[in-house]
Amino acid sequence: MARKRYIQAINEALFEEMERDPKVILFGEDVELAIMGDCRGLTEKFGRDRIRNTPICEQTLTGMAVGAAAAGHRVILHLMFSNFIYTGMDAIGNQMAKMRLMSGGQARLPITVICSYGGGGSNAAQHSDTAYPPLLNLGGINVLTPATPGDAKGLLKTAIRGANPTFFMEAGGRGGEQGDVPDGEHLVPFGKATIARAGKDVTVVAIGSMLKPALEAAKSLAASGIDAEVIDPRTLVPFDLAAVLASVKKTGHLVVCDEARDRCSVASQIAAEVADVGFGLLKAPVKRVTVPNVAIPYAPNAEARVIPNADTISGVCRGLLGRAAAA
Amino acid sequence: MTTVSPSRDELFALYERMLLIRRTEERLRDENKAGNLPGAVHLYIGEEAIATGVCANLRESDMITSTHRGHGHYLAKGGDLNAMMAEIWAKKTGICKGMGGSMHVADFSKGILGANGIVGAGFAIATGAAYSAMLAKEGRVVADFFGDGASNQGTLMECLNVASLWNLPLVFVCEHNTFSEFSPSKTVTAGNIVDRARAFNIPCQVIEGNDVIAVWQAAKTAVERARNGGGPSFIEAHTYRIQGHLEAEDLFLGGQKYREAAEIESWKAKCPIKVTRKLLEAGGAADTARLAEIESRVMAQVDAAVRFAEESPPADAELAFSLMFDGQTP
Repeated sequence: MARKRYIQAINEALFEEMERDPKVILFGEDVELAIMGDCRGLTEKFGRDRIRNTPICEQTLTGMAVGAAAAGHRVILHLMFSNFIYTGMDAIGNQMAKMRLMSGGQARLPITVICSYGGGGSNAAQHSDTAYPPLLNLGGINVLTPATPGDAKGLLKTAIRGANPTFFMEAGGRGGEQGDVPDGEHLVPFGKATIARAGKDVTVVAIGSMLKPALEAAKSLAASGIDAEVIDPRTLVPFDLAAVLASVKKTGHLVVCDEARDRCSVASQIAAEVADVGFGLLKAPVKRVTVPNVAIPYAPNAEARVIPNADTISGVCRGLLGRAAAA
Repeated sequence: MTTVSPSRDELFALYERMLLIRRTEERLRDENKAGNLPGAVHLYIGEEAIATGVCANLRESDMITSTHRGHGHYLAKGGDLNAMMAEIWAKKTGICKGMGGSMHVADFSKGILGANGIVGAGFAIATGAAYSAMLAKEGRVVADFFGDGASNQGTLMECLNVASLWNLPLVFVCEHNTFSEFSPSKTVTAGNIVDRARAFNIPCQVIEGNDVIAVWQAAKTAVERARNGGGPSFIEAHTYRIQGHLEAEDLFLGGQKYREAAEIESWKAKCPIKVTRKLLEAGGAADTARLAEIESRVMAQVDAAVRFAEESPPADAELAFSLMFDGQTP
């Protein structure tokens, strides 16, 4: 086990998988210079055939990923920011997500799309979205939201070796954060949540970028006698509903934290599923901690107003349990 | 440069393939009218020379992307007729097990990366496939079929840029059939389509798309260029869509019209199959007999394919649940 930065863990996964399989290729805007940090050193090591800068044309890039995968390569497409999912949506929604079904199972599309999501850096509305909710609605796309360096490495390696279109969502602005990464071969399976902190009073499901504030919130709640259990689902498709239900069975309370806008967020989906199959386990309504239905503003104070933080999460937990914050 | 022409035997083969596409689609037209098909069909009648002339220059390992009007491309690239008809009849034995239908016929094992219901979606898929082919260094070539309607999608310009910049083994084949769904293309298109490719320094040819020999020759040049590392080419082949945008379009038009009957008739006179037959008949009695043999062979194939489709079991209604992912539930 070694301490590594999030961005470094991603970079290691890319190196290892490209070394392991010569059919793995990576393309996207400015990847040769590794502008986003995660591709550092890849061009020098693997050359311009396998690591290639593209023009700025997301509609074409997502379609090219489909074509190159259909023709036999394992494709990693670097899409930079998750807002560009919208720009490249046709081939994502109409080709990538459907081609396997439409072709009666002939198409096999090993595609990993990497993009960074979330606000907090005054990148303004078009570079701060948490744009995974529409992906979940497509049916044929896996969605990964690693919150720690270890999971980032292990999930990315599993994705690259997989046989299905998969979006690897990097928590934006978290590249420098450190965490433990197991030595040697490290693969994390899809659809297995982890308990980031065990507790008995309230279940806090924290998606990706929300894990850090959720753990901070749990710490402050503990000081006032509330024992929160923090669940990191790690992957949204497939989703480990059983892990959430098992926790709710213990706590009877559920708060779901998601940096997406509230309406049709993943938090909404999780809340609906738990209310559906776990209604009898709940002692109170499910609460969602999400971004309000607004675009992310530029001004730091206005941005901070809409992105959930540890205080937002702890406040919702206290309210749910009917306990005011300690004075 | 000397221009090579197809041999007489090759011309017979081109004729037979065009006729197979025509007779298949005439049957689909009639079956659609009779209400025997669950979904819409978009027919390629009158445009057969393009798919046939291009695909005659491709190997089985080469790849194509097709359009919503894709039966001709599928058959020209060697797709199985029975499996296509069963697909359109929504049967379990369909090439896509009944999950795709007419607009999505595909056979990946033969490099047919699929007909596509999104106009212009083939550009980027073909560009990605050509990038893969270039990296694999196995001499594979990709042909991307699209129409004049699709040429107004921005992705054409994006893909011309990438293909030229990266010198990809890709042949862009614009089937200029005069219509953009229900609009005459000239009413929605500025300039000449071929000039868009010229702007990216791609070698271009504008040809008479109803002349299968001209198509064959243009494709031969373009495919050889791609195979030998010479990069992409662009062929604009002029033709005419004899049928409507889709069968039963009258239901949508509600008495309105977007073209004159005389225009359709004038293009029927330039039918690629008729023109080719005339050339072959000039060979005398033996060739006329050979043409009659081809006609009865093709009709028998079409009849057998329809019978196969009709007699096949229906699609598996549960199949969708296992097809969204490879080895994973949806």
